Amino acid sequence: MTEKRKIKVLVCKPGLDGHDRGAKVLARALRDAGMEVIYTGIHQTPDDVVNTVIQEDPDAVMLSMLSGSHNAICPVIMQKLKEQNIDDVLVAVGGIIPDEDKPFLEKHGLKGFHGPGTDLKTIVEFVQNNLKR
Amino acid sequence: MTETNEIEKEKEKWEANILKDAAQNERQKSFRNLSDIEIRRLYTPNDIKDLDYANYLGFPGQYPFTRGAYPNMYRGRLWTMRQFAGFGTAKQTNQRYKFLLEHGTTGLSVAFSLHTIYGVEADDDKALGEVGKEGVSIDTLKDMEVLFEGINLSKISTSMTINAPASILLAMYIVVAEKQGHTPDQLRGTIQNDILKEYIAQKSWIFPPEPSMRLIIDTIEYCAKYVPQWYSISISGYHIREAGSTAVQELAFTLADGFGYVEAALERGLDIDDFAPRLSFFFNSHNNFFEEVCKYRAARRIWAKRMKNKYGAKKPESMRLRFHTQTAGVSLTAQEPENNIVRVTLQALSSILGGTQSLHTNSFDEALCLPTEKAVKIALRTQQIIAHESGITDTVDPLAGSYYVEWLTNKMEEEAEIYFEKIEELGGVIPAIQANFFQKEIANASYKYQKEVENQEKTIIAVNRFIQTEQTTTPLLKIDEKIAEEQVNNLNKVKQERDNEKLKEKLEKLKEAAKSTENLMPYIIDAVREYASAGEIINVLKHVFGVYIEDSIF
Repeated sequence: MTEKRKIKVLVCKPGLDGHDRGAKVLARALRDAGMEVIYTGIHQTPDDVVNTVIQEDPDAVMLSMLSGSHNAICPVIMQKLKEQNIDDVLVAVGGIIPDEDKPFLEKHGLKGFHGPGTDLKTIVEFVQNNLKR
Repeated sequence: MTETNEIEKEKEKWEANILKDAAQNERQKSFRNLSDIEIRRLYTPNDIKDLDYANYLGFPGQYPFTRGAYPNMYRGRLWTMRQFAGFGTAKQTNQRYKFLLEHGTTGLSVAFSLHTIYGVEADDDKALGEVGKEGVSIDTLKDMEVLFEGINLSKISTSMTINAPASILLAMYIVVAEKQGHTPDQLRGTIQNDILKEYIAQKSWIFPPEPSMRLIIDTIEYCAKYVPQWYSISISGYHIREAGSTAVQELAFTLADGFGYVEAALERGLDIDDFAPRLSFFFNSHNNFFEEVCKYRAARRIWAKRMKNKYGAKKPESMRLRFHTQTAGVSLTAQEPENNIVRVTLQALSSILGGTQSLHTNSFDEALCLPTEKAVKIALRTQQIIAHESGITDTVDPLAGSYYVEWLTNKMEEEAEIYFEKIEELGGVIPAIQANFFQKEIANASYKYQKEVENQEKTIIAVNRFIQTEQTTTPLLKIDEKIAEEQVNNLNKVKQERDNEKLKEKLEKLKEAAKSTENLMPYIIDAVREYASAGEIINVLKHVFGVYIEDSIF
């Protein structure tokens, strides 16, 4: 791939939570860092997320989760991606993710876990350095 | 006039002889509050020389209410200490309410689970992982009976943070009270019922704006007639602020929403003085102390003027803005969470000095989880210490007359007026929502704020300054994943035990009424009484009203 190709990122809000301030701020920061950003909006089911991944073919999927539903929802998303043979996309989850939940989510292939107070620069660099393709 | 000139002359002398080089030697080039209003070095009587006491300030409990909603404020009755609480099942939350009541909380405030807020049942696919996590899981009247078991609903006031399904939860509350032996006219409390700010900021909408407004006006009309002590709406700036707005935007957008509801109710043919006294407000209290105090004072004055001059209110109660405050959740840090106790104290103080009628103080651990008992107790104690130890409550509006406070109160009002003009130009609140006006303003403000934090133009202790590297652990409240299963079992049991034939008939009637212009409240109460789930009622209404779809802008 040429260097000029932009990194394409999907920013998602899975679940019923509507607190999308963080997702929107992150979406802008990634865009300002030169990435192509798609924001799904709120209320995304695992199927919605996977369908958007199939259609848009992003390099990274950033899940913003604040409501405590991450342990239930994230593994389902990962399973459905696997069923579609999608294994070269970075999938990260951030928001309110207690430390003790991280090993479980890591086991399912999730990365990131950026919490409140994280610099946007840190997340931008994380995306740049952890792409799978 | 000569006095004004005299002060100006003296000030120039002071600048030349006393201030001198200090003016060039300040910590920052300019000092700005969170609304980006430049704050001057010093305020004098000249900064408020046009302030006419009778017209701008007056006396508390009197038009234009700048100095307070009630004549003797906290000397008579303290604000209601109302801690927002809800998690897990109704049974668990009932225990938390009893804990809070034992420790001196004076009002209840229900946090509902996301599936309840969004009008889907606990076993819906969309509720995956959400049941009981952010609030108490409520499906049917049965859950509400458990939630308030052993709590006398004629004695306590209850606030319910519920919007799209507000009419349903109010109906359940009325029926629970009835089963306890109380009549609707004895009930005191609030439903949030503010859909406009859901489209603008908080995003727990279900139906499109038009039918949503109809449901709200239905509840306003119903309460004015049958539940006269109930606040039928809590017009909320809290969520607008949490979504990233400035204080000025919070003030302007919230009051603009208020004007929207007033206009819709007038259009229905209601008399302003019949419903306006039962409108209430809900504001945020963020970090900049004086900016917050002035925001509340300006809010009362703007509202009073509009109600009187534009909408023709005659009763003073219709012009009196009353509000609940919650300290800013978004200001809480996950880093060194104990520091949040201090932030909350300052935020609580500004809302009290701004004359709040009721207050929720956040718990220090809320950047990490729902609060533990220990954390929520400290939050409540914070209010009690201010109320009973500090002496701040001994006199009404103690900051009035401060040159700075009066100048900033005026300034907040002026800035809000500029927004009202813009919103009017766009055709009012709903067209402005449809044009994504508020959403864009808020997204811009929140991104700017975040950039300023990262550039260290704004300081957050232990986040971007005085950072400690040592890791601390905070005990967290965990919500058991089994709650969902328990709730689904409860729901299935109710569905087996209720009279499903009778319910079907009630839901059919509701559907017919929804197609007409009749007030839906009596139909909703009838359905709730037969143990319809909130999800079932919402589905009936979705069938008639459709659903809202948002543009996902960022």
